[in-house]
Amino acid sequence: MSQIAFFNLPDVGEGLTEAEIVTWKVKAGDTVEVNQVIVEIETAKSLVELPVPFSGVVDSLLCAEGDTVEVGKPIIAVTVADGAVGAVSTATTSIQVIPEASKPAIAEQHASIVTNVPEVAASESKQPNLVGYGTSTAHAPSRRRQGAAVPAAAGIAARVANPATALATASAALAEDKVLAKPPIRKLARDLNVDITRVTPTGSNGEVTREDVLAGAEQASVFRNLSTPTAPTAREERIPVKGVRKAIANAMVSSAFTAPHVSIFVDVDATRTMEYVKRLKASTDFAGVKVTPLLIMAKAMIWAVRRNPMVNSTWTDEEIIVHNFVNFGIAAATPRGLIVPNIKDADSMSMLELAKAIEQLAATAREGKTTPADMKDGTITITNIGVFGVDTGTPILNPGEVGIVALGSIRPKPWVVNNEIQVRQVTTIGATFDHRVVDGDVASRFVQDVASVIEEPALLLD
Amino acid sequence: MVQLLSPEGDYGVPAQYAEYGKYVDALTEADFLQFYKEMSRMRRFDNEATALQRQGQLGLWVPAVGQEAAQIGSGHAVGKNDHIFPSYREHGVAITHNIDLMSILKMLRGVNHGGWNPNETRFHLYAIVLGTQVIHATGYAMGVNFDGKVATGNPEIDEAVITYFGDGATAEGEISESFLFAAINNNPQVFFCQNNQWAISSAVGTQTRVPLFERGAGFGVPGIRIDGNDVLASYAVTKKHMDDARNGAGPFMIEALTYRIGAHTTSDDPTKYRSQDEVDYWKQRDPIVRLEKFLRRQGIQDSFFEQCDVENEAMAESIRQQTFALGAPPIENMFQHVYSEAHPLIEEQSAWLKGYEASFGDNEGGH
Repeated sequence: MSQIAFFNLPDVGEGLTEAEIVTWKVKAGDTVEVNQVIVEIETAKSLVELPVPFSGVVDSLLCAEGDTVEVGKPIIAVTVADGAVGAVSTATTSIQVIPEASKPAIAEQHASIVTNVPEVAASESKQPNLVGYGTSTAHAPSRRRQGAAVPAAAGIAARVANPATALATASAALAEDKVLAKPPIRKLARDLNVDITRVTPTGSNGEVTREDVLAGAEQASVFRNLSTPTAPTAREERIPVKGVRKAIANAMVSSAFTAPHVSIFVDVDATRTMEYVKRLKASTDFAGVKVTPLLIMAKAMIWAVRRNPMVNSTWTDEEIIVHNFVNFGIAAATPRGLIVPNIKDADSMSMLELAKAIEQLAATAREGKTTPADMKDGTITITNIGVFGVDTGTPILNPGEVGIVALGSIRPKPWVVNNEIQVRQVTTIGATFDHRVVDGDVASRFVQDVASVIEEPALLLD
Repeated sequence: MVQLLSPEGDYGVPAQYAEYGKYVDALTEADFLQFYKEMSRMRRFDNEATALQRQGQLGLWVPAVGQEAAQIGSGHAVGKNDHIFPSYREHGVAITHNIDLMSILKMLRGVNHGGWNPNETRFHLYAIVLGTQVIHATGYAMGVNFDGKVATGNPEIDEAVITYFGDGATAEGEISESFLFAAINNNPQVFFCQNNQWAISSAVGTQTRVPLFERGAGFGVPGIRIDGNDVLASYAVTKKHMDDARNGAGPFMIEALTYRIGAHTTSDDPTKYRSQDEVDYWKQRDPIVRLEKFLRRQGIQDSFFEQCDVENEAMAESIRQQTFALGAPPIENMFQHVYSEAHPLIEEQSAWLKGYEASFGDNEGGH
């Protein structure tokens, strides 16, 4: 009678979350001794040799060379003599022993590793970790060798939109690691959208300096669109219409062809809104809460809805249902496509509550955890196309609603103040309405109301 | 540099260091064998702990491979009333004072804060923050002065203090401040600096313009450099200056020139900042091999060395099994030693945490 002992990938640094299997020094069937080096792994910090914690015969290697494995996942199964490992505390997570009779569990363990591929390979978000340690999730996609046979390979291919992108992202992250730069300089480069690997370093030890990044940023703004992907060799690419894309298409068509759309636009001086945002950010009440122009815009729309209730209604051929509450929809571009979750009863929320609700909604959407209930029963919607650097657009109504507002980019532009040209923060508000419900005068008044709040947020105090 | 045992294992006392020879003369064969036993035990313990860290059993390990002679020799030179203030790499000094090795492993696993009583062992708790232990030692030595436990001529009363630190710590202000206070108070104190030549990735040459043993001179703390890989020099020189300190001669500094063969900690990759040639050079000057050559010349047989191996393997197996079986500590532990007496704020915090943990409906402590 014998037992199977698993050695789970330990955290060999302080706060590391994963490591890459570089070289196996043993294979299935080999006899191993306690502390015999069985594998070389590479962490974010160094190459490390791992000694096996028990003696026995290698049953199976549970990951392949080139795999990136999360800390805590089993990497090797060893058949050991009964009781050879001794008592293992439940506080220990790096070792696990099971009777050999329950061996099928190995297959399960194995599966849990090879299917461990993040849904969104190209995610650029950073995981919170100990200061100075850890790895970015850009590393996370399993850098499996091409052609490595794995049970769930088909599943992976289906879930990773583009394995080549995943590889490119991972190697880009590696290249960034090789650049010498202090953390604040790396952050500056990220904030300014400067590729730090392309900056010519001028520091005394070959490190990238603040000036280098700033120079790179000037360059970048001029040549931002110069890096164009090379033209694919295939003459065309066929992308199956399914899932979210299909749902978006159906909603757009049904909306565009059942509701007669009317769109109007107004330019507005948003300087005071930007100042207001700045003041809110600095206030202690809003510490830790994300404050953006979108928040003021949302408040402005809710305020304008109260003055023009028809824009917050639903058309049903027999009747028009005017809602005396606002379920405030926010169009969100997520890795899975466009979705419009809404904040229920946003009209009853304070500025702080609304700010938190928007942040929560965005986070949920980014994580791909938005539920159907989150997207149901919306009454009016905003789409923030400004974040993409676009001035304005003609939004299409979210089905079932009669009003949608597009917030364009806010940027310094010449503006006439007291018959003089001044530089002001200017934006364009675009809005589309269902003309069956909303007449031109109501639409214009609503948009004008929103614009006046953006011009003077103090109106919210009424 | 005081060297009594050459890398080839030849013993000899150079004329200018004759004063140290009598301390070795007073040693018996049993003492030499004890040095070897403890040095090899320290090495085996260190290697096992490194493996345990690589197996996820310790949060961190701080290897001291290569520094066995400096630690075991000086540790044995400490008198029966003397107090020791270590840094965090003094596993060998701990061995000379019978510290339970599991206590050290528990600390580096994060389940206790040391766990031995410095009042009983006279070996104080590891100091993780560089240099703090040197201030503590200096203050303690001032206290010994105030108590009048110096130069009474009664060995039952007289007391000295030794503090351990590395080359990196000498760049901390605490060390200079300690030199000053030790000198002006004529403290019964030895500053024992293990210069292992690397302060994590900073070479010692980038940290000082003068040899470290001269660092204290301007403050009034004379010093000497010894071969830190020579256990006899480490013992004899420490013994003399601890005796002198106890007899009222004031503070003294010993710089033990040695080398950190391993990484700074298991989180460090030394191949990134130093050459393999340098490491190989120092491996040839291994302090344990040196003592073994000396002992074999004295006629010590294979059986002794084999017996050491057997005992060390048993020790390694024992600490391995004990480490695997370590549970999570009760949460009350973190509140127990904050104050020596009951404290209402600590009690309030303790009660709050218990309630919080209980709110998870898991009575196992939640770890």
